Amino acid sequence: MPNEQFEHISRSYEEQLKKLREMVARMGGLAERQVADAAYALIRRDTELAGEVIGRDGEIDQLERDIENFCVRLLALRQPVASDLRFVIAAMKVSNAIERIGDYARNCAKRAVVISQQPQIGGFQGFQYMSQLVQQNLKEAIDSLVNQDAAAAERVWAADASVDEVYNGIFRELLTHMMEDARNITAATHLLFVAKNYERIGDHATNIAETVFYAVRGGALPEERPKGDTSPFAVVRPPV
Amino acid sequence: MASATTRIATPAISAAQTLQNAVSSEARLQVRNLDFFYDANKALKNINLELPSRRVTGMIGPSGCGKSTLLRVLNRMYSLYPGQRATGEVLMDGQNILDDSIDINALRSRIGMVFQKPTPFPMTIYENIAFGIRLHEKLSKTEMDERVEWALTRAAIWGEVKDRLNTSAMGLSGGQQQRLCIARTIAVRPEVILLDEPTSALDPISTLRIEELIDELKRDFTIAIVTHNMQQAARCADQVAFFYLGELVEVAPAEEMFTAPKQQRTQDYITGRFG
Repeated sequence: MPNEQFEHISRSYEEQLKKLREMVARMGGLAERQVADAAYALIRRDTELAGEVIGRDGEIDQLERDIENFCVRLLALRQPVASDLRFVIAAMKVSNAIERIGDYARNCAKRAVVISQQPQIGGFQGFQYMSQLVQQNLKEAIDSLVNQDAAAAERVWAADASVDEVYNGIFRELLTHMMEDARNITAATHLLFVAKNYERIGDHATNIAETVFYAVRGGALPEERPKGDTSPFAVVRPPV
Repeated sequence: MASATTRIATPAISAAQTLQNAVSSEARLQVRNLDFFYDANKALKNINLELPSRRVTGMIGPSGCGKSTLLRVLNRMYSLYPGQRATGEVLMDGQNILDDSIDINALRSRIGMVFQKPTPFPMTIYENIAFGIRLHEKLSKTEMDERVEWALTRAAIWGEVKDRLNTSAMGLSGGQQQRLCIARTIAVRPEVILLDEPTSALDPISTLRIEELIDELKRDFTIAIVTHNMQQAARCADQVAFFYLGELVEVAPAEEMFTAPKQQRTQDYITGRFG
């Protein structure tokens, strides 16, 4: 359930915390759009859209710097404690995670341009599904911060396993394409990185959720999170 | 409304362990079921608190919450005023210091107090320290000199006054006067020192000196400090107690109090949402 509390006696302090919340929400919204557009550019072989995604990443980077400066100022001038302190620290950590997410989305867009020039291998259903799952988790993680909702954060935290499952499927499928025809290797390798990027974005969404949980409750989630990425153990056996 | 329940429901095993570590030493004073009355007005309600030996306990809360009243109880200051009474127990070495049979002068040599405004006596610096000692002990001139130097050194003011011990204490700055008062308090070698907003009348540098001193003194003394400055409590105290309307709402290690307090009322007060 969302957290509610009294307003600060100092109205300007209350306004500053509200502004910080809005900045993080705006940054999260931008990242969601980048993640969605990068996937769309890949699936539709839309190089123009891919170019837009690459160009927009600077906005996210700028917001991260703004948020960091704003947090440093709040820490110096307001000396926040308890829930306020946790929120300011969370905003810094979350903006850092979102910036990384933006970088992964930009990298996907760059690869989408290369992939669009290669013969198509297989369908993109897996990618579409994975990007939707990741976008959903990212959106809910950001919303949980904005609404100070620890229960929602905990749900996001537990939901990453299905992203990992889709990633494993894509990983195996691309290996198969590469073994079938060596000419697939360029596209397949780029697609593997794209899939890995989405898997990483999913992990960052989880980290955001963990940070939000701490900010709201003041305690940490258990150390072990449900994980489903088995690709580190995958082995290719050449045809006999 | 959800917040209060969710926050309290947060598992706090590690926090409890931290508290145990922070206050692992034995309790020097144990306050049990303490009620305090100014005539019919109940100013403290069922207070239970331990002051761990050689640790600093910070007491915070809005004006009128009872924190200064509690200090006044701990060295029986209230006994000077008819109409003020305390029920319950404050145990020191198993003895209830609220008991009528307690020798109040002896008690105050064991539990010293420093007030908000520096209160030097209108006499020389040396006499300010020696005066209190003479009430409790008979020392030779040499022993007295040694004790005075010891007290002034422990209070981190010896270097500033050693060449003017026979001048009036009233000529010292506010910060120096306050350190002199702390020297006067420790000169009788108490076990517990109570500080009632000791730096509220001082500039930031003098304040830091006093805080540094508190940190130094806790090696030998058990200290309780009432302060309106939350950052000061965070800097000085090992454990912090939050009082509100005569109740002890929460007591926790300082670190926990200022990062993740358990009670909503504590949270709202220290973040500046009421008070």
